Amino acid sequence: MSVREGLLALLADGPRNGHQLKVEFEAVTGGVWPLNVGQVYTTLDRLARDGLVTRARPDGDDDGTGKLYQLTAAGREELAGWWQLVPAEDPPPRDELMLKVLFATTLGPTHALNVITEQRTALLALLQGHRRASRAPADDVTSAMVRDALVVRAEADLRWLDLCEARFHAPPKGRSR
Amino acid sequence: MTAMLEFDDVVKSFGSGATEVRALRGVTLSVAPGEFVAVMGPSGCGKSTLLHLAGALETPSAGAISVGGKALARLDAAGRSELRRRDVGFVFQRLNLIPALTAIENVMLPLELTGEPGRTARPRAIEALEAMGLNEQLDRYPDDFSGGQQQRIAIARAVVGERRLLLADEPTGSLDTASGDEVIELIAALPERHGTAVVLVTHEPRFASWADRVIFLRDGRIVDETPAIAAASR
Repeated sequence: MSVREGLLALLADGPRNGHQLKVEFEAVTGGVWPLNVGQVYTTLDRLARDGLVTRARPDGDDDGTGKLYQLTAAGREELAGWWQLVPAEDPPPRDELMLKVLFATTLGPTHALNVITEQRTALLALLQGHRRASRAPADDVTSAMVRDALVVRAEADLRWLDLCEARFHAPPKGRSR
Repeated sequence: MTAMLEFDDVVKSFGSGATEVRALRGVTLSVAPGEFVAVMGPSGCGKSTLLHLAGALETPSAGAISVGGKALARLDAAGRSELRRRDVGFVFQRLNLIPALTAIENVMLPLELTGEPGRTARPRAIEALEAMGLNEQLDRYPDDFSGGQQQRIAIARAVVGERRLLLADEPTGSLDTASGDEVIELIAALPERHGTAVVLVTHEPRFASWADRVIFLRDGRIVDETPAIAAASR
C-alpha cells in the first residue's frame, strides 16, 4: 500500500485536514510509518487531481481547522476496490533476508550456514526485544497489533531459516544413480 | 559468583568404533544463578543430551560439568540422586505426572523423598501450585486437568523445595500455542521470583525469545548465541 490508500481509508470516516490525517495515519500504523505533513498535502493534491477527494469547504480556512478534505464518490469506489484487493505473489517478494541467503548459497553450504547462523542470532535478539516490549501493556489495540505483526514476522523468518538449514542436511531427492 | 551450571569442553559419545555417534563435541557453557537460557538447534544437534548431562542423567565422555559449584564427576550414584532431589528439577514434553497421585500429592512427592513431613510439605506444594496459577481442586488427579494445567503441575513439582536449576526439555511440545505461551511465561518468571536458573530446550523461537540468552547448537557444538540480557532490563 501507499500513503494514498491510507489517506482514503482515514477520510472514509469523515472530512479531515492534513494535520489530522498525519496524526491519525501515524497512530493507526502504530508509529512504524512516520509522515511529514508536506507528504500528506502532496498526496491530497494528487487525490484531488484524480477526482478522489475534494475540499470539504472550498472557502473555509478561517475557523482554525485548516483545509478540510473529504472523499468523492470515485474516492469511495477506489477505496472499496482496495479493501477487496488481495496481495499477489506475482512478482515474488524481493525480501532482503531471502535474497541474502540465496546469494550466500551460491558460495557453498558452509558459507550459507554461517550466514544463516548470523541472521538467526540477530533475528532472535530482535524477537527478544519485541517480547520484552510486549510485556508492557500496549497503548491501544493498533499498537498491540503492530507488536504482534513484528513478533510473528520474526518468527516466520526464523522458521524459514530453519527450513533452509534442514535443506543443507537433507539428502538430495530424485537423483538417479 | 559461582555459576549455577558449568560445562567445560564437554564431549558425549554414544556407541564406539564405526557406530560411534558424537552428540556433543566440546561444549563450554556457563549459566549464572537466576539466568534463563534457551538452547535451540535442529533435531539431533545435541540439545537433549546437553540437558541430560546437566541433570546428571548421563555422564560425559570427556570434559567437566558442575552444578552449583559441585563437580558431577566427584559424585557417586547416591550423590547424583541427592543432587536431582534437592537442586535440579526436570520438565519434559511428556508430562510424567503420576496418575495415581492427586495434583498436590505429585508436587509433595519430591519434598517427601527428601524426608520432609507431610504437614510442612503440603503448604509448600500449595504455594508452588499457586505460583503456577493453580489454586483450586488440587485434590483432583492429573487426568482431570487440561494439558496446559498438567504441565503447570509438572513445573510446580520440578521447582518445589527451592531447587536452584530447572531443566526443561520442550515443555510446550504437547500444548497448543496459547497454553504454551502461558507455560513459558510462568517458567520465565521463575528466575525473578525464586532465583531459579532455567535451561530451556526448544525448537520454537517464540518460546526461546523469553530467555535472557539463546544458544544455538549444530552438530554437537555451540555455533552462536545472543547477547545476554541483564536481569534489570528483563
